[in-house]
Parts: sequence; C-alpha cells; structure tokens
Amino acid sequence: MEPCLDIRSLSAVLPNGQRVLRSVSLSVQPGEVRALVGESGAGKTMIGKAVLGVLPKSVRIVEGEMLIEGEDLGRLDAKARRTLIGARTALIPQDPLTALNPSRRIGPQMTDRLVRILGWSGARADQRIRQLLDEVHIRDPERVLKSYPHELSGGMRQRVLIAAAFAAEPRLIVADEPTTALDVTVQKQILRLIAQLQRDHGTAILFVTHDLGVVAKISQKVSVLYAGKVVEEAETARLFAAPQHAYTQALIAATPRYTDPYASLKPVDESVLAGLTAEIAAADKDWRPSHG
Amino acid sequence: MDEARIARRGLSPRLWLAGGWLVLALLAAIFAPLIAPQDPLAQDLMLERLPPFWLDGAEPGYWLGTDSLGRDLLSRLIFGGRIAFIVAFAAATSACVLGSALGLIAGYFGGWADRIISRIVDVWMAFPPVLFAILLVAVLGTGLSSVILAIAIIDWTRFCRVIRAEAMSQARMDYVESARIAGYGRIGIMLREVLPNVLPSVVALLSLEMGIAVIVEAILSFVNLSISTDDPTWGSIIAEGRLSIHQAWWVLVFPLITLILTVLSFSQFGEALKARFDPVLR
Repeated sequence: MEPCLDIRSLSAVLPNGQRVLRSVSLSVQPGEVRALVGESGAGKTMIGKAVLGVLPKSVRIVEGEMLIEGEDLGRLDAKARRTLIGARTALIPQDPLTALNPSRRIGPQMTDRLVRILGWSGARADQRIRQLLDEVHIRDPERVLKSYPHELSGGMRQRVLIAAAFAAEPRLIVADEPTTALDVTVQKQILRLIAQLQRDHGTAILFVTHDLGVVAKISQKVSVLYAGKVVEEAETARLFAAPQHAYTQALIAATPRYTDPYASLKPVDESVLAGLTAEIAAADKDWRPSHG
Repeated sequence: MDEARIARRGLSPRLWLAGGWLVLALLAAIFAPLIAPQDPLAQDLMLERLPPFWLDGAEPGYWLGTDSLGRDLLSRLIFGGRIAFIVAFAAATSACVLGSALGLIAGYFGGWADRIISRIVDVWMAFPPVLFAILLVAVLGTGLSSVILAIAIIDWTRFCRVIRAEAMSQARMDYVESARIAGYGRIGIMLREVLPNVLPSVVALLSLEMGIAVIVEAILSFVNLSISTDDPTWGSIIAEGRLSIHQAWWVLVFPLITLILTVLSFSQFGEALKARFDPVLR
C-alpha cells in the first residue's frame, strides 16, 4: 500500500551549518498512528513542521524527499504545495492557548477554512462543524461557537482544535505534543478523543511526543529520535517488549513507574549518550548532502 | 471575570469624562457659526481687553472676555476648535494609515521588507519632530493641507514602530501557523488574522496621535506657520495672549486650558478604547 506520508533521508541544517535533522526516514501508512518520540531538542517538532511546510526561515532542507500520498512535495511549486498540504493535512497544535485567533469567535474561525479554502457552502460547513463538536463531546455547541477563545478552558479549546483538525477529512494529521500543555486529568480524555476520532475517520497521524506512556497508548509504530537522527523504529508493542538500541532501552528505563512511586528518577545513562554523540559525530564527518 | 469587571468600572468615569469633553468640543466646532456669541474676527477697540464674566467690567455676551483688539475670546476658541479638530482627524488618520500599513508589513513579512522599513524609521526618528515640522511647512507653504501633510509625514513612525512589534509577536503565534498550513495566502493572513489583533493598539495610538496633532498644530500656529493669520487657531490665540499676559491673563489661560483638556481627553479616550477593544480584557 502507498504510504500516506513518506519521508526519505531528510536532512536539514541551520545557517551555521549545524545539522538539525540527520537523514531521517519514516513513513506513515494510511490509518496508522506513528509516534515520534525523543527528548526536547531532538527535532521531533521540526519533522512535523517540515511536513506541513512551516519550518522556520533559518532552517534549510538540504537533502531528502517528502511524499504525501505519493506526491513529492519538493517537485511541486509553492502554490501547489500549499494547496496539497492544506487539503490533505491538518495540525493539532501543542498549545491550545495560542492556536486560536483571540479576536475571532470560534464558529466563524472553524467554518472559514472549509468555506474559503475548500469551497464548501456555508450551510454544509456549519453542519460539519456541529457534527465534529458533537464527536469531541462538546455538549453546548451553540455557546462554544459564539465564544471567543479566551472564554473557553484549555481542555475545551483543545477539543475545538481537534474538531477543527478532523473537520476537512485530512488524510494525515500531525499532532504536535497535543497533551503537553494540559492537566494530567484532561490529558487522558484528550488522548482518548484523538484515538477515537482517528479510528472513526481512519486518519493517519504523526504523533509527536516526549511521553512514552502516551506512545504506548496511542500508536502502532514508533520512531525514536535523538539529535535529529532516528535511532530505532519498531512496532510499539515490540519496542516496549524488546528495545534494540541502547538509547531506547535507557529511555524506557528512565520512565517513572506508578508501581514504585518512591524510586528516584533515573536519567538516561551518560555512557549511552556519549556513545550516541560519538556515533553521530562520526557520521557527520563523512556526510555530504546528496543535492542542494 | 471579576477583575475585568472591576477594571471596566474603574475605566468608565475616565471614558465618560474624556469622551464627554471631546463630544462637547467637537459639537461646538461643527456648529460654531450657530453657537458662537460673536463674530470671531470682528474687532472693536471700544471693547478691548474685557475680562471674563465674573470679574468687574465684564460685558454681557463676551463670556470669556476679549483680546487686545476687542475680539470675543469664546467665539475665537470655538472657531479655533474647527481647525484643531480638522487637523486632529485628518493628520492622525493619515499618519495612522501610512504607519500601520508599513508596520504591519515589516512585522509580518520580516526579512528585507522589515530591514528597509525599520531603517527608514530610524532615520526619520533622528530628526527633532518640531523642527522637522517647521521645516516641512516652510517648504510646503502655510495652509491647512500643508500642516496636515507635515504632521502625517512626521508622525507615521509612531504607528509603524508599535504596530511592527505587535505584528511580529502575533505572527509567531500558532494560529498564524495554522492558517498557513490550511493554505491561506500571506496577505490574507496578514489582514484577517494579524490585523484584528493589533487593532486595539492602532485605535489607542490613533486617539493619542489626535492629541499630538492638536499640539503640533498649536505649536505651528504659535510660530505663525500654520493657517493664515486671520483664522483663529488655539496656537495663534495663545501667541497673542502671551504678549498681553500682564494686562489680560485670560487670553492666554483659556486657550491653554482648552488645549490641555482636549489633548488629555484624546489620550485618556484612547486608553479606555484599547481596554474596551481588547478581546482578552473585555
């Protein structure tokens, strides 16, 4: 089957030449949840932004391809790329506080995209939005649609954003740490909602997170990222049962356990990191971008 | 919620006082020919330096007294308000449109657009504004439109700097990124997503700038560089009052009070409006 998202050997550099992504390859099959896990600064968010075409100006892609449903983003002109990304992908952002325009009501903000970008009729867009709000268990859509973002709680806003992400039936959703900014109790509900909608709509998700607990709950496959390099990828169950790479083993061992809440937290072992760093430095020395 | 309500209650008297004075002054200026008790240009040397109504020697019909040529001070203030308001609205709006547009472009697009606009602003701000205004009017020639043009040319940088900074911080927000992912064009995002969120600042600055325009116009007419000397303006009345301060203090004091109240009201009104417009404070 043709993957929904296929990233092949993607590398990106900062203006000073430092590599932030190191020949990253990963694919997401249709209807599959692929977790992308790693420490902060490992480049997980960067990959999501690269796919959605919103990398910061300072980050430059120097090699590799990104294909959405077989279409190579690099071969499209800017306008066609925007249209493709707009129609087939969506983002569930990390921070629900800043992801909604504070000066516009929720309703117009949600329908506007369907009407303006996808050319739906106003009535159809309105109906669609109400259906989605129902799916994310918002009981009083009238009030929510008329509200300004600051009048809703963080959990409510994240529900609205999830509804908005699924509204246009994208093939791929990039979820960029969608639960990190929320209370633990709300996190669980939101996670369950995303999983529910993902199953119902059959949407592929690239799920960016640093939380292995979340990975275990939601994803079928995992890519573990360190310093912009995929160090291991596997099916989720297999990764937890038998992690192959030393870094993955250390990462799993470092996860706090509820069964032993008084155990001191274990950081990832220094020697593992030193080994990884040396490995990456050696690879960097020989690396030349294949084009660009 | 409660805090917001308290804040609004605290703002209300300010809004009402400032707005009240502005409405009163504006109405007086619009209907000047109907309500001014005397012809503001009529000289009568028999009536020179009459004191305001509560002092001995006042004449009925000359409420705030007369100047050294026997012209009615209240009528002159009312007619002077016409020019003050025309300049305030026209000059501040022009400066606002020019400055906000450039600030929005610089802040949202960044890069070269920002570098060019920011350097121009830096150069502009290096000129002392009043001197710049006097120079401009000297070059453009006196008259109402030159004064308006001069103020707009000088003061657009105020809008540009503030709006640039605001647009910059808004452009970094996730909702702007979401709009880009959804496929909106850059200009569409700038106008639909960023502009509404910088509007409260634009409104506050606009009101403040109206006050500043009133001052600049007064300064220009004080140094005789504004409108023709026949038309009364607050600045020219102050200039005349300065000469006869020992014989007739009211000719200086009343226009000064009028000027200060108007400028203060514009700035207070702007602050109050900003609080009203801000969706998060509302």
